[in-house]
Amino acid sequence: MPGRVDLIIWFLGTALELLFVVCSLARKSFLHYFFLNLYLLISTTVSIGRFLILWSYGQRSPQYMYSYYYSDVLLTLALFVALISLYSHVLRELRAGEYVKWGAVFLLLGTAGFSYAVVAQSAERLSTSFAYELSQNLYFVGLVLTYILWGAVLKLRETRTRLVQIILSLGLYFSGYAASYAFLNFSAKISVVRYILPVLGCFLPLSWSLTILRHDEEARLVPAQLVAVPR
Amino acid sequence: MMASLIFVVSLATLGMFFVSYCRSLVASSSRHPLSAEVRDVTGIRTVASAGDYARVIQLLRLCPERQEDRAGLQAVGIYYTSLTVVRRMLAWIAPSLRSWTEHEQACCAYFAAVALDRRIAHSRAMLAQQVEL
Repeated sequence: MPGRVDLIIWFLGTALELLFVVCSLARKSFLHYFFLNLYLLISTTVSIGRFLILWSYGQRSPQYMYSYYYSDVLLTLALFVALISLYSHVLRELRAGEYVKWGAVFLLLGTAGFSYAVVAQSAERLSTSFAYELSQNLYFVGLVLTYILWGAVLKLRETRTRLVQIILSLGLYFSGYAASYAFLNFSAKISVVRYILPVLGCFLPLSWSLTILRHDEEARLVPAQLVAVPR
Repeated sequence: MMASLIFVVSLATLGMFFVSYCRSLVASSSRHPLSAEVRDVTGIRTVASAGDYARVIQLLRLCPERQEDRAGLQAVGIYYTSLTVVRRMLAWIAPSLRSWTEHEQACCAYFAAVALDRRIAHSRAMLAQQVEL
């Protein structure tokens, strides 16, 4: 079983995921940000499912390992869809919904193809390796896509406070995740490092919940104030 | 090598998103007018200055906390400290950075003053509820 600190962070993260859904329902934004809610609902379900499997079979069991990697792909795909839904929000006025949809499908298929090509050499545990590789690559694609989306927000002078803060939180989450993974490669032996990823998992639903609570859909920002160097 | 490159790039994007996130927090309260009471107590008339931040934070500590603004104040506090470090370390290389960091810190002070305004209003509402009971 994981340690006490791991479990506390785990339960806190699950509670924060549910908090976002509750806040969305309370603030009548559930359907407006449907795919964000769907991602966090899937994440909550996965979290509970993982805990039950961990409780029944133990951390080193193959059941837990398989459920962990496959559910991770499911979560990454749900987050990818949530990110694409944010693209639809930002590009709505350009009527680019169809392009965004097809672009996302091609990108997803491309990432899956690339991941398969990377792991095709290893005959052993091909599906698990593929799940792990796809998840990692989708995180990297997510970071790049969020960066591009932020560029679009600035270029199109997006003013919706909620949308801007949701996108920025996602950017912080993705870049924090990528930095932590890279840092783990250098210093896997430092015990504190293993808490960084779960804490980051708590950050995203917390930040989204605060955004939904603090601002209503009508709240607007001055776009010029978002640019560090005034244009 | 690849891990180092990913680490550096992701740290750079993390910094960029953090600055933008803090700016969006600060910008979201820039249109909020301060009450006469907060203007009197903080000494901020229309525009805050970088030096007001520490005083406003001290006043904030005297008020009962609101859960909603705690995370935002912490994020902006880190942003303010980072700006101070940038100003002390880099301003002598690029003098234009000094005025930019001062402007940013003044925005942080205004954000904190708005939070103070909300805390005072919240405390008043709580007190009124207790009196009614």
